[in-house]
Amino acid sequence: MEKRQVVLPTLSRVAVCGGTHGNELSGVYLVRERLKKKKVVEEEEHVSVVTVMSNPRAVQHCRRYTETDLNRCFTRATLSSPVTDKTPYEIVRSQELNSLLGPKGSPEATDLVCDLHNTTANMGLCFIAYSDRDWISLHIYRHLQRQMSGIPVRFLHFDLPLNEAYSLDSVGKHGFAIEIGPQAHGLVRSNILSAMQEGVQHMLDWVRLFNSGAQFEGGQVEVYTMVKNVDYPRDPETCGLTAAIHPQLQDRDFCLLRPNDPLFQTFSGETLKYKGTEALYPFFVNECAYYEKGIALSLARQRSVGIPSIRSEREGERGKFKSAAEEIEEEETEEEGSPIEMECEKQSGSL
Amino acid sequence: MTSISNVSCFNEARRVAIFGGTHGNEMSGITLVNLWIKNGKEIQRKGVETKPFITNPRAVEKCTRYVDTDLNRAFTTENLSAPSGDDLPYEVKRAQQINEIFGPKGSPDAYDVIFDLHNTTSNMGCTLILESSKDHFNLQMMHYIKPALDMVYLEGLSLDLVCLEGLSLDLVGPQPQGVLRSNIFESMRVVLKHALDFIELFNEGLEFPPCSVDVFRVWDKMDYPRDTNGNIIAMVHPNLQDCDWEPLNPGDPMFQMFDGTTVRYEGVGTVYPTFINEAAYYEKQQAFVTTRRETLVAGAIKKA
Repeated sequence: MEKRQVVLPTLSRVAVCGGTHGNELSGVYLVRERLKKKKVVEEEEHVSVVTVMSNPRAVQHCRRYTETDLNRCFTRATLSSPVTDKTPYEIVRSQELNSLLGPKGSPEATDLVCDLHNTTANMGLCFIAYSDRDWISLHIYRHLQRQMSGIPVRFLHFDLPLNEAYSLDSVGKHGFAIEIGPQAHGLVRSNILSAMQEGVQHMLDWVRLFNSGAQFEGGQVEVYTMVKNVDYPRDPETCGLTAAIHPQLQDRDFCLLRPNDPLFQTFSGETLKYKGTEALYPFFVNECAYYEKGIALSLARQRSVGIPSIRSEREGERGKFKSAAEEIEEEETEEEGSPIEMECEKQSGSL
Repeated sequence: MTSISNVSCFNEARRVAIFGGTHGNEMSGITLVNLWIKNGKEIQRKGVETKPFITNPRAVEKCTRYVDTDLNRAFTTENLSAPSGDDLPYEVKRAQQINEIFGPKGSPDAYDVIFDLHNTTSNMGCTLILESSKDHFNLQMMHYIKPALDMVYLEGLSLDLVCLEGLSLDLVGPQPQGVLRSNIFESMRVVLKHALDFIELFNEGLEFPPCSVDVFRVWDKMDYPRDTNGNIIAMVHPNLQDCDWEPLNPGDPMFQMFDGTTVRYEGVGTVYPTFINEAAYYEKQQAFVTTRRETLVAGAIKKA
């Protein structure tokens, strides 16, 4: 168990984004209702919340995207590519969002970006993030796990460096997607929307508590780290599917898939088995939008991650401590096994 | 009254068509039809020509319901008789082509039976939608298939479906658009198998005695509550979600507003809702459809 305490800057600006995919309606409806009830920027005690409809054109057409997937347009390369009148709408939009909520990687970036999504896969509520050591994200995850009993809450980690991180949530200093399923695209299920509203509320409550100086104890949390994607078996000529997800795997996201477990069922009734040597956890099982990306399901490893106790900087402490990004960067260059002592009495600069 | 055996005679069903991809994102029918185009052995029956056919290939390619307009609403007399030209919506041109190949209505060249394969995001199980309640051939076929599966009937005309004569719409759900679920795919496959078996038996001369079939006849449509801008401001109530074919009584919860308040059903009597939360119907102003239960009687039938 981590004994140290980490002090981090307050999260004074938070963004809640929906409609990044225009047919994932929980986020669309949630953002629409927030915009109706409140100002676009909501200034309240301890936090300023910006509400954003990320891809209005796709929302209008109730499609995932109009020309290209917006949520793949936030790599450094795409954000800095020159814009011409041939540039796809979503790339223009990603650069607009980067100006609004970023710039990505800069000190001006929004402190926390939360991007709302739905999936046709039976994944419950999943945080999806690029780091398994961002204490803010992991503490919010643990908070939702403790507060929400009606839906499983999990944390998925995609191990990519910031430059290659391609989704909207990577624009903020901290960020994650909240993905909730199962829900068909193009419709709203009341239980799924309620879960998303509840999740966003708990997240904002946590941020207010954090900013007001509360201390959050350390502990252990379960994290799933993405290992690989698996495509459908396809016809070599047409590239069409020749099998569907096996009935024994369908809807069993996060149920351990062992070597030789059923994976696909061909249209002639044959069972194709999982040929990997390592038992892994499937997720995004039969996500509609991933057929075109060549993904039938993804596989992850699960492990336990220690999180330190954290609190926000107090008045007068500002600048005394490294920013969260700097701390994470330092940890990544630290040798294995050497603990970082960053207690609040200690002076900075000792590492 | 003495009952004289009254058997309706129908011509042999020599040509049968199976349509998939009328909506390009309803994957079970698309997958089955493509399979059968490649290898049609499974759908072969003695004395019957079975033709699998993708009705809306452009929508299938884009995995979208339609390109310009809903093909399943395109077979109007006006559309079918419109002069052909490039400025017609894609689906209208397509309806004209399909009418040419498989119809037209009443002509000796028209196909005898057409199955149109669909999916729905609603929890409807396997549903057969018939054009007419007076079609004894189709009612007998439904009666034959029914014991194998959980199935009900819905009158197509009331749903504003305008299609070819002799068409029955086979609908299986729940399945998201663009997704292929194994169990849904297999259910549809079994329905077709039994339907083709029925046709084969009929063509061999088997007489089917009178039967009764429990059906649900469309009564009314219910839209979502909307604001002055036309935006939806409520969702299907959790008590109603997934409860297709179950009774909805006056006073039962129907919608949940985003502020949490409940909107209740205020009809006169009990109805049986279906097409509850079908994604494609948000734009058609339809949250669900209400139906009433009926028992239809089909007379005996045999081959002429």
